[in-house]
Amino acid sequence: MTRLTALVSATALFATVAAAETIAPQDVNYADGAVETSLTGQPGDPQAGAELMNKGAGNCIACHAVSDLSHLQFHGEIGPPLDGVADRWSEAELRGIVANAKQMFEGTMMPAFYKVDGFTRLGDAYTGEAHEGDVEPLLTGQQIEDVVAYLMTLKYE
Amino acid sequence: MTRTTVTGGRLIMAAAASVFALAAYAGPDEDELVVNDEIEMVTKTDAPAHLDGLDTIYSGWRFRSDETQAVQTDDFDNPAMLWVEQAGEVWKTAEGSEGKSCASCHNDVDSMAGVRAVYPKWNEAAGEVRTIEMQINDCRENRMGAEPWKYAGGDMTNMSALLASVSRGMPVNVAIDGPAQSTWEKGKEIYYTRYGQLELSCANCHEDNWGNMIRADHLSQGQINGFPTYRLKNTKLNAVHSRFKGCIRDTRAHTFSPGSPEFVALELYVASRGNGLSVEGPSVRN
Ligand code: HEC
Ligand code: HEC
Repeated sequence: MTRLTALVSATALFATVAAAETIAPQDVNYADGAVETSLTGQPGDPQAGAELMNKGAGNCIACHAVSDLSHLQFHGEIGPPLDGVADRWSEAELRGIVANAKQMFEGTMMPAFYKVDGFTRLGDAYTGEAHEGDVEPLLTGQQIEDVVAYLMTLKYE
Repeated sequence: MTRTTVTGGRLIMAAAASVFALAAYAGPDEDELVVNDEIEMVTKTDAPAHLDGLDTIYSGWRFRSDETQAVQTDDFDNPAMLWVEQAGEVWKTAEGSEGKSCASCHNDVDSMAGVRAVYPKWNEAAGEVRTIEMQINDCRENRMGAEPWKYAGGDMTNMSALLASVSRGMPVNVAIDGPAQSTWEKGKEIYYTRYGQLELSCANCHEDNWGNMIRADHLSQGQINGFPTYRLKNTKLNAVHSRFKGCIRDTRAHTFSPGSPEFVALELYVASRGNGLSVEGPSVRN
């Protein structure tokens, strides 16, 4: 816990540095759907990742069941359960799947969380109005890293 | 481990046990809907021939909990019937410069039995596909000399519920050929377009995933035979275009407007996916 807190404050401290190193959504390099390089150069925070699985623009359990999060109500059945997902996929593959699952699974229903172009009738969040101005990805680069760090904890052993 | 699939040379094992209590909800149920011990509703039937994505079609009623289902079985329990009654009064009330009411031309509202079942419908004189709401406003403006109602507003939705109520139990049977075909094609294209930042189409949820849970929601086939719908969630009558708007908004998209040509086309297409189900409106959903 102390280590984690130290890590979080360290991340905050170097936020400016991190921002400079962040790979923009358009510049992400996918190889067979996987992304080798960290999007921010900063380690992901699995606890923050767990939060994103439940809330906000992540809301992964809308579609996936995760036993580790069974204290939360209502897990979806659209995608496969994510138990043991780190046994099936490498970190680079998980980063690719979360950033843009369409690179790994053609035509998948899973939204691309780190993508800013190519949308049809893009709205202004959930208002139903048209979007104007710069497009923010659903998750920031660091949030992607956090979610991937959490997924890496989902092992069977 | 109950399921083993090979994807891209990779062994994926999905533990069904981890889906917690959700399995209890899976799929439509086998309950039968009879309203007022009298109107027998077809809530499950063979998909119409023009529909490739489904073999069997189900009313959204089949996907709701027993408690929600029960509210629709008796008009004394169905809160929507209060607005139907109000619309029954409006039906007989003269309005506009011509001093006419709906009843002046159409007599008793029972004369409208069967009308809901075939809308949206091609209107030869106007040269367009019309929803029942468009037809209602045409009568108001051109026959009564009255102001048109807001497309998905309260007055309109109540009247639409009244017209649906007298067709309850009749099979939805919209025509998709002849002059209506191009509108139908346009609606079909919209149905399969992946909108918004979440890049989801109607088909992603209602054709590929009906029966599955998406967070706390049990996905139905998104049929519209039950509209207008009383929703426990917002305790009001909901027009079909309002539902379309909500579903598109939830994909983080710029929606179309109620009454827009896009939604008229989409309504014709979605209605045609339900050809053979009974008209249920006003139905009850959560
Ligand atoms: C709207 C539905 C939806 C949402 C939201 C969603 N996913 Fe997915 N996900 C899927 C589907 C469907 C698949 C299966 C891939 C395919 O289409 O073949 C999948 C596959 C995956 C896989 C591969 C699983 C395996 O066992 O092979 C991972 C990992 C994953 N998702 C993680 C996430 C994370 C993390 C989030 C949130 C940040 C998320 N998903 C949000 C639908 C979704
Ligand atoms: C992200 C998932 C999603 C998408 C995409 C989506 N819907 Fe829905 N829809 C839902 C949910 C959840 C409900 C409520 C549960 C139910 O009835 O299926 C719903 C309900 C409906 C209903 C009410 C059904 C009833 O019996 O009362 C209709 C009609 C409908 N949707 C049509 C559409 C159409 C048309 C589109 C595309 C323009 C669409 N939906 C896109 C999730 C979605």
